Formats: sequence, structure tokens, C-alpha cells
Amino acid sequence: MQFWGYKRSEGRAGIRNHVLILPTCVCGSETARIVASQVRGAVNIVFNTGCSDVQANTDMSQKVLTGFACNPNVYGVVIIGLGCETVGHKPLREKIQAMTSKPVVSFGIQEEGGTLKTIEKAVRAAREMASEAGRQQKELCDISELLLGIECGGSDATSGIASNPAVGELSDLLVDLGASTMMSESIEWIGGEHVLAKRAATPEIHNQIIEVCRNYEEHLKAAGQDCRAGQPTPGNKAGGLSTLDEKSLGCIRKGGTRPIVEVLEQAARPTKKGAVVMDTAGFDISSITSMAAGGCNAIIFTTGRGTPTGNAIVPVLKVTANARTYKAMEDNMDVDLSAIISGEKTYKEMGRELVDVIHDVCNGRMTKAEAYGFSDIAVDHVCRFV
Amino acid sequence: MKINALIIDDTDNVVTCVDEVSAGSEVCYRKGDEILSLKALEDIPYCHKIALKDFSEGDEVIKYGEMIGRTNTAVKKGGWLWDKNVYSVPRDYDSELVEVTGGKN
Repeated sequence: MQFWGYKRSEGRAGIRNHVLILPTCVCGSETARIVASQVRGAVNIVFNTGCSDVQANTDMSQKVLTGFACNPNVYGVVIIGLGCETVGHKPLREKIQAMTSKPVVSFGIQEEGGTLKTIEKAVRAAREMASEAGRQQKELCDISELLLGIECGGSDATSGIASNPAVGELSDLLVDLGASTMMSESIEWIGGEHVLAKRAATPEIHNQIIEVCRNYEEHLKAAGQDCRAGQPTPGNKAGGLSTLDEKSLGCIRKGGTRPIVEVLEQAARPTKKGAVVMDTAGFDISSITSMAAGGCNAIIFTTGRGTPTGNAIVPVLKVTANARTYKAMEDNMDVDLSAIISGEKTYKEMGRELVDVIHDVCNGRMTKAEAYGFSDIAVDHVCRFV
Repeated sequence: MKINALIIDDTDNVVTCVDEVSAGSEVCYRKGDEILSLKALEDIPYCHKIALKDFSEGDEVIKYGEMIGRTNTAVKKGGWLWDKNVYSVPRDYDSELVEVTGGKN
């Protein structure tokens, strides 16, 4: 299988060709928003951190920022910094330039003499970059270039019974075609980690999966939080999910059945092809943020109760097997999988249909969240601000 | 009889209702080639679980062929199993680790 994508000098192909307006920290976010609003083809990130942080959080922010810049859906990057943040626009630009040959420019609001002067220069730079991006032709790319992120959020009992198994089937079919898929949300492996670990390609990976869960529980315990107190969420419970274990056993089905070839730290880029997993929060927006930073081209998102979320860099495709949710939130839902619940179709049949939908999204079909221009992000934190 | 509940694994002792079920009405599900039914003892909300057997306090609740928790009270066959009467049991991670032999990979 092939799709029409944008070839990159290094790494996998993109399915979009965005000019990314990237703030170094929260103080550049509003300026970045205005710059993006002035240039067709530009998208912006609203970054709510990046300064006054402990080192571990700064490291996470840097992984997300550089990961976003290197995402194959990004043609080029315009960085907007302030001037006194922990990692300024110049060091961030140099870090990104060491990782990718795509065009990267940067500006500092204090150096330029305020937001208006920064906007003037940054809009000009972004306009030129978008103009060049428009000249790049799509080329036929093998499906092995695709990395699909797999997410669930606002889950109810239909998620684990129907939409997650269908997406698991999609994942298996894509992996068999040579593509790669990434499942995350490690807190939602707890209770099903022994089942997930059976998919490990090696004994080392088996134990990594178990240890990721143990470490997650212990991390939260150190902060005085029982992981079973926050999970399932009130909405999950109302949707029929009684325990974290029940939620997890449904969640892990979205990753399919193929061997897990790599366990990644948050926002890290896979080094292997096939089915990989990433250690992220169960908080869906944060998990998508980390998967986009890890280089995913698109995210398929199963939901039971419905959610509008979207990401500026990667299209997020919403699927639900809850017929009521699809009907009530059709403006936010992309695919109706309720035929699985009604017994008209099997999850395997719907998984096969999803291959065509993902193929369409790769070829340029906009998801609903993408068409609305949604740009949610949340960077995971390990500690309070300083 | 209309199917209004789903069983996921043959060893499960609960089924998930895919319609609102009112007390006294029949819950029907397909298990293999058979169509089975039981009477709901109470109202069961959409997407929630109904007990296929009499649970004593502390019994394992099985869905997906795996334990999803234990009951904190007795629940009769046809009763509603939800977050107020099912609790999660902490994991024993040490027992889940496998032996790694030889070098890396």
C-alpha cells in the first residue's frame, strides 16, 4: 500500500506540510498564535510551560519542543522566544538544527523590542517558508513510512468491547503491511499489563512493560496518590467501567496483537518498525502530545463518551462505537463503529474499513478536529514549578 | 428475543448491557451458538454490568477472561455490578516478571 506524502531529507515522510510556529515557552505562545493566524499553511502550538521549572520538567519540555519540530508533518519551523526563559530561542534552534535539515528560524521578543516588531519579522519569515512549502509536491510513499498513534479518551464500556478491538485489528493490518503503530497511556496498562506483556517480542521487553506499570504506581504513591483513586475517571465510571483493571483490559486491545518491538520513554522516537508502546500518562491530551513529539503522523482516537480534541501537527481521527455519542456529537466524531455493538458487523470487519479511512487521512482527508483547527497540547510534568 | 447484552470471554461472570435495562426485565446475550438470558433484579444503566452468578463478598469479577476486581458485598445473579460494589486489587508485579537469559536481545 502507498500514500501520497511529503518526503523528508531524513526520516519518514509527512502526511501534512505545516509551517510550525513554535514558542520556546508560555511567554511566546500568544505571539506565535498571532503569527500563525497571519499565514496560510502555518499552525501554532500554545505552550503552557518552558520556564521556572525543575530540570526533569525542562528536559520533558525540550523533548516535546524538539520532537514537534522534527515531526515529519512539519515542513519548517519559526521559533518565537522571549529572552529570559530557561532555554532561549537560539539554543533551541541550534538543538533542532542538529536533529533535522528542515528550515528553522527564530526570534526573541526582548531582542526585537516587543511583540509587534517580533510579529512583523516572524510573519515575513513564516510567509516565505509557507510559500516554499507550497511548492513541494506530494510523492508516492510506501505505507512503511507511516507511524500511527493509537489513543483512547472519554472511554466507556463500548470502548473496550468494540472500538478498541476494531482499532487493534487496524493496527495488526497496518503492521502486517509494514507500517508502524504506537500505543501509549501506560497507567491504563495496569491491571492488564500481564496480558500486554505476552505480546513482548523479547523477555526484556516483557519485563520493561511490567516495570513501567510498577514505576508509574510508585511515582504516584510518592506524591500521595493512589493510581486507583484517579482511575477510572468519573465519566468512565458513569460509562460502566468500574475499576482501573476493567478500563485497562479494554484499553490495551486497541494496540492489537502483533509483537511489541520497543518500549519508549515519553516523547521518544521509535528506532524499530512495527508495534511499539510508549510510557505516557493516561491523560489523553498529554499522551497525544508525547506521541506527536515521538514522530507519529496521525492519531486514531477511540472514545465512548465523546471528545473534541485535536492537535495542530497530527490529524486526530475520532471513532466511537457508542451510537448515542456518534449521533449527539457527530460534528466531532469521524467514524461510527456502533455496528459492532448492534451485531451488524464484526470488529474485524470494521478494523478493515478503518485501514481505508486512515489511508484517506494520509492522502489528505481532513479529520473534523483538524478542519476546526484545534490545537490542544499538555506537557507531562514530574514536579511542581519553581 | 432481542440481544441487549454482550459477553466478551466465555469464562466471564458478567455481561455488559448495551441498552438500559429495567428491574424485572430480561437480559439476553449470545454465548457461542447459544442465546442465554437472565432476569435483572434492579435497573442496570446503559453500558453497565449485570451479574451472571451469585457473588459473595470478595469474589472475583471476571470480564475479558481476566479479573477486573472483587466484590465488596454480596451481589445476587441479575444484580448490578459497578464501581460502588467492585474494587480493584493491587498487582503483584514481581510474580509477573520473566527470566531473561543470555545477553541483550
